[in-house]
Amino acid sequence: MKETTVLVNNKVGLHARPASLFVQAAAKYASNIQVSCQDPDTKELREANAKSILGVLTLGVFQGMEIKIHADGEDESQAVETLAELVKNNFGED
Amino acid sequence: MKRLAGIPASRGICIGPVFQFIRQELVVSECRIDDPQKEIERLDAAICTAKDQISRIYEKALTEASQADAEIFQAHKMILEDPELLSEVRKKILDGKCNAEFAMKETAQAFSDMMAAMKDEYFAARATDIMDVGNRVLRILLGVAESPSANLKSPSVIVADDLTPSDTVLLDKSLVVGFCTARGSATSHTAILARGLGIPAVAGVGDEVLHHNNNAQVILDGTNGEAILDPDEAAVKDYQQRIQTAHTIREASMKHAHEPAVTLDGRHLEVVSNIGNVEGARSSIENGAEGVGLLRTEFLYLERSSLPTEEEQFQAYKAILDVFDQLPVILRTLDVGGDKEIPYMGLAAESNSFLGQRALRLCLVRPDIFKPQLRAALRAGVGRNLKIMFPMVATASEVRAARKVMDECVLELRQEGQPFAENIEIGIMVEIPSAALVADQLAKEVDFFSIGTNDLSQYTMAADRTNPKVADLSNAFFPAVLRLIRDVISAAHQESKWVGMCGELAGEPLAAPILLGLGLDEFSMSPPMVPVVKQILRSLNAQEMQALAEQALQLETPQEIQQLVKEKVPFIAELA
Repeated sequence: MKETTVLVNNKVGLHARPASLFVQAAAKYASNIQVSCQDPDTKELREANAKSILGVLTLGVFQGMEIKIHADGEDESQAVETLAELVKNNFGED
Repeated sequence: MKRLAGIPASRGICIGPVFQFIRQELVVSECRIDDPQKEIERLDAAICTAKDQISRIYEKALTEASQADAEIFQAHKMILEDPELLSEVRKKILDGKCNAEFAMKETAQAFSDMMAAMKDEYFAARATDIMDVGNRVLRILLGVAESPSANLKSPSVIVADDLTPSDTVLLDKSLVVGFCTARGSATSHTAILARGLGIPAVAGVGDEVLHHNNNAQVILDGTNGEAILDPDEAAVKDYQQRIQTAHTIREASMKHAHEPAVTLDGRHLEVVSNIGNVEGARSSIENGAEGVGLLRTEFLYLERSSLPTEEEQFQAYKAILDVFDQLPVILRTLDVGGDKEIPYMGLAAESNSFLGQRALRLCLVRPDIFKPQLRAALRAGVGRNLKIMFPMVATASEVRAARKVMDECVLELRQEGQPFAENIEIGIMVEIPSAALVADQLAKEVDFFSIGTNDLSQYTMAADRTNPKVADLSNAFFPAVLRLIRDVISAAHQESKWVGMCGELAGEPLAAPILLGLGLDEFSMSPPMVPVVKQILRSLNAQEMQALAEQALQLETPQEIQQLVKEKVPFIAELA
């Protein structure tokens, strides 16, 4: 089991093209990957399958929110590292 | 016979049979199945076929539509690969022992509802995507034909609630003679598509048209915004005559399309076009346009999920500028606001987006949007006759602020050693009454004006042009609007600056004599109107039209003004 927390700092957050890129990257790994965040209003913890575009979209991650990436499986370290890197690089925007 | 009033969305007249474009309601009932494993195999096969179909549509959209249209189908494919959605459908089949159709429909509906509940335009669009994808799988499982539009066998008038890019990408456009929508506006996807195809469209005629029988006759008058259901013989004859006349005039004017528009007393008027893509550019050249008076750039930003990069814009502008070589092309910087669905820009919804932070107002606070566009334009303008204009200017300070950003871009490009167009002409759209009223001040800040009559009318008359109930008032033939136009032209000429017009009024045959009389220098319109307006201008005497214009501005209503023009210039009555 591997996990890390990253700040989402790109403009649209985890929506539109960034969300697609995130899910496509996650799909390349065999591990189970979950992504979670805290609802800014209710403080409730929300979680989704990182390989599900619909799941990731409905998390509602906007600019300035932190997400936790959690992977479990043979390539867990690689998966967490790649996804965290993608977020840190603002999905290659600007 | 029944006349329905709507919004004129694309000029021209057509008569044809109705084709009701209905998104099929797929009937799915729940049944118990004995062999869930076999049902899962059916589902998997259908999903596989659906993916193939989507890949083919994606390729088709890439070549025939835009990258932005194509991206919609890329998103569809990702939904079909979503593990949460797929496992939910499988679970329903295995646990509930129900048929694949029912499981698919229920699951798509549940996911779609979840998205729709987020109460945000972006998620609402995703909800539609999920239903689109779900219905595709259902059609395959049920063995139903792909799309109703695939059934279009003969030339027809497409009648619909409103049409989306995913509806129209599959439409065989060579068989569409016109569009009539119950909802929608002059700026909706259908309207823009129709103008690009050069076929008439009437929008917002109300739900009644949706209950009209397939194959029944309908007349569309896209110029006046009217649909006539079940026309009687006299009406059909009348409109056939008008189509014939328009056709004859077009044929005649096409013969001289490539000759300049010089009035009887020797004044040369520039007749140019309004375009928004490369197809429009080619059509401009065919129709004899002497350049572009309005290059809309919104097409690069709509229906996609991220800002177009500078490089992407550079390539797009260059492709268009190349078509015109040394002819002038006026590029208008981004003109959008809260009414457009551009989720990735993060624009706040505004209670009145036409009076909100749109166009230049938005660009001035968003250098991340403005600068890449200006840089791309300046780079693409090398060796070409590029001019840049800013939309939605209300004050002189806005022009100075925009110029400052432009100067920064120039400096950056120079430091980077990038080639770019130097000393290009800068202009503004005059479309806000305040700009018209201080045109003397603004003329000192710019090289030219281009009057946007559509917005100038709706702002002057305080009448939303997308609202059928008041669209009548949003008419540029009202003397209030024409007087503002007169003042703008004379203020600019005082400063020795030239004035063009890129609103719909510039391509309106009945307006040409008045605009000529008021001293307009450049007329910009949709490409098919170029030869007609050139022909009209050639038949007029500019000096004489001054008196006509003065007389027109003393009248009270658009009808009186149009009547006066018809009396004084009888041959134009034929065209209008």
